[in-house]
Amino acid sequence: MTLFYLFAAIAVLASLLVVAQHNPVYSVMLLIASFGALSGLYVLLDAPFVAVIQIIVYAGAIMVLFLFVVMLLNAPREDTDYDIRVHPLFRRGPLWFGAALAVCLAAELAWALGATRMRSGFPAAQMVSVETLGHRLFTDYAFQFEVTSVLILVAMIGAVIMARHDEPGGKQ
Amino acid sequence: MFPVIVGQIGLLLVVWFALQISAAVCVYCERKWAAYLQQRVGPTRVGYAGLLQPLADIVKLMFKENLRPKGADPFLFYLAPVISATACFAAFAVVPFGGETTLFGLLDAPMRLQVADVNVAVLVVFAIASMGIYGIVLAGWSSNSKYSLLGGLRASAQMISYELSYALSLVGVIILANSMSLADIVEKQSHVWYIVLQPLGFLIYLTAGIAETNRAPFDFPEAEQELVAGYHTEYSSMPFALFFLAEYVNMVTVSAVATSLFLGGWLLPGINTGGWGWMVFLAKVFVLLFLYIWIRWTLPRYRYDQLMAFGWKFLLPAAVINLLVTAAAVLYLGV
Amino acid sequence: MPTLNDYLMLSGILFAIGTAGVFVRRNIITVLLSVEIMLNAVNLSFVAFGRQMGYADGQIIVFFVMTVAAAEAAVGLAIVIALFRHRESLNPDTFTMLKW
Repeated sequence: MTLFYLFAAIAVLASLLVVAQHNPVYSVMLLIASFGALSGLYVLLDAPFVAVIQIIVYAGAIMVLFLFVVMLLNAPREDTDYDIRVHPLFRRGPLWFGAALAVCLAAELAWALGATRMRSGFPAAQMVSVETLGHRLFTDYAFQFEVTSVLILVAMIGAVIMARHDEPGGKQ
Repeated sequence: MFPVIVGQIGLLLVVWFALQISAAVCVYCERKWAAYLQQRVGPTRVGYAGLLQPLADIVKLMFKENLRPKGADPFLFYLAPVISATACFAAFAVVPFGGETTLFGLLDAPMRLQVADVNVAVLVVFAIASMGIYGIVLAGWSSNSKYSLLGGLRASAQMISYELSYALSLVGVIILANSMSLADIVEKQSHVWYIVLQPLGFLIYLTAGIAETNRAPFDFPEAEQELVAGYHTEYSSMPFALFFLAEYVNMVTVSAVATSLFLGGWLLPGINTGGWGWMVFLAKVFVLLFLYIWIRWTLPRYRYDQLMAFGWKFLLPAAVINLLVTAAAVLYLGV
Repeated sequence: MPTLNDYLMLSGILFAIGTAGVFVRRNIITVLLSVEIMLNAVNLSFVAFGRQMGYADGQIIVFFVMTVAAAEAAVGLAIVIALFRHRESLNPDTFTMLKW
């Protein structure tokens, strides 16, 4: 039980700092910490496979990609028309509107969840085995699985084409 | 007679120290064997046949001045070696290195020689290994040096490319063993080692393992002729020692996982190893370490584009073919 | 013991943080990171619901979300690199004109 609150606190705190950081490298590292905490929560929810996949895919692959791009562009500072000495979260102007919207969303979600009656504990542990997951994934969800593989292929080709550096006058 | 928990705590400490000592042994062996491969004699002055050389190295590193370049990010600069060292030690936690034993009657119940038995152990090893890369990438970025940055960029591109083949080569073994616990996988190999059934998988694992541990011929993140020392150019003293330690412990961990997955762990076919299984395990790991060192001092470094082309155009298709053939064999022949 | 409600509440908080990040920040990489926070908040509620109902589906959907997140990150970062080449900036406000 304390573990839940520990992981939840790490996840919320790290996510808040991700949004509040000036330097994207720190943002990426804090997001990895947040993913680690979420992975711990998945273990508490009897989903060890999802927990490990969370680390491998999110922390091990997607975040490396982010870090790679941050390092490649090497433009850590945020350049805006606003006064850069003011922390991004405290700038005036249209940003306040967005922040207010986000707070509204949080309040609405809290209200909606407060109205539900799912306050009983979880039913007795029934670990979903990796075998079950694989079986369901390749039978009931086979079509969706194939569609995602096409999606990945399209994303890969799209990313290569967009990020390719075309020399002026060179062939496409 | 002690309760099992005493044995487990003892095991934790033994593994912790053994890994550190293994790094020292690896350093000595590397220097000695490298010397013999180049018709030199290697370290001879410190202790008998230079046996105390690693100790002297450690003392030297401890007393060196700890430098940090101007403009380096202090927090990330010191966090990076810690991440590297933590990741390589943590990955060893799920590796079993002996069967159930009572330590010659010292414990009142049998205990498995393994720090933590996790039912998704193979994936845990893989997940922790993929965390180790952050140490290198952050070291490259936070040093505020062009060589370090290039080393870090190379490391991230190289590791992403090789992790795919690394993971796919493990899947063949998982299919054969029908389990993701390393202890189960080892016990399934009591008759036939998986290297016999998965020769291609073993070769892919070894090759990708070299790329994962950044050793020659794939040591691009630290290619000394091009990048001075790559990602750890700006490190000195103990932070450098941590990177050094991480590199060798990583090598031991990769070899230990390879032993468990492909070489039957602590088992010898047809022979009951009894309480001496861990010696068998050590011997196998040692053979693999020798292979790694041998490869390093025999093969020249590739060019960087050759490495990427090799990873994506040869190793990955080979791993996919290996996976397909294994899956088809299990499905239709019921191996 | 934490209940489903607690997990959903946590998920809601994380989602709101992600939303705030998308609205408030003017660094396109941080905006993409905030989108990842939102996707993860949703993943958490899927797994929590799956645990409550005893279905495997909650975990399976998480895999699909992760795949979509990976595709989104790849394409998003490719766009960031292409934009940075033209504008030397990571501020999305500088990309408002529909021409290079």
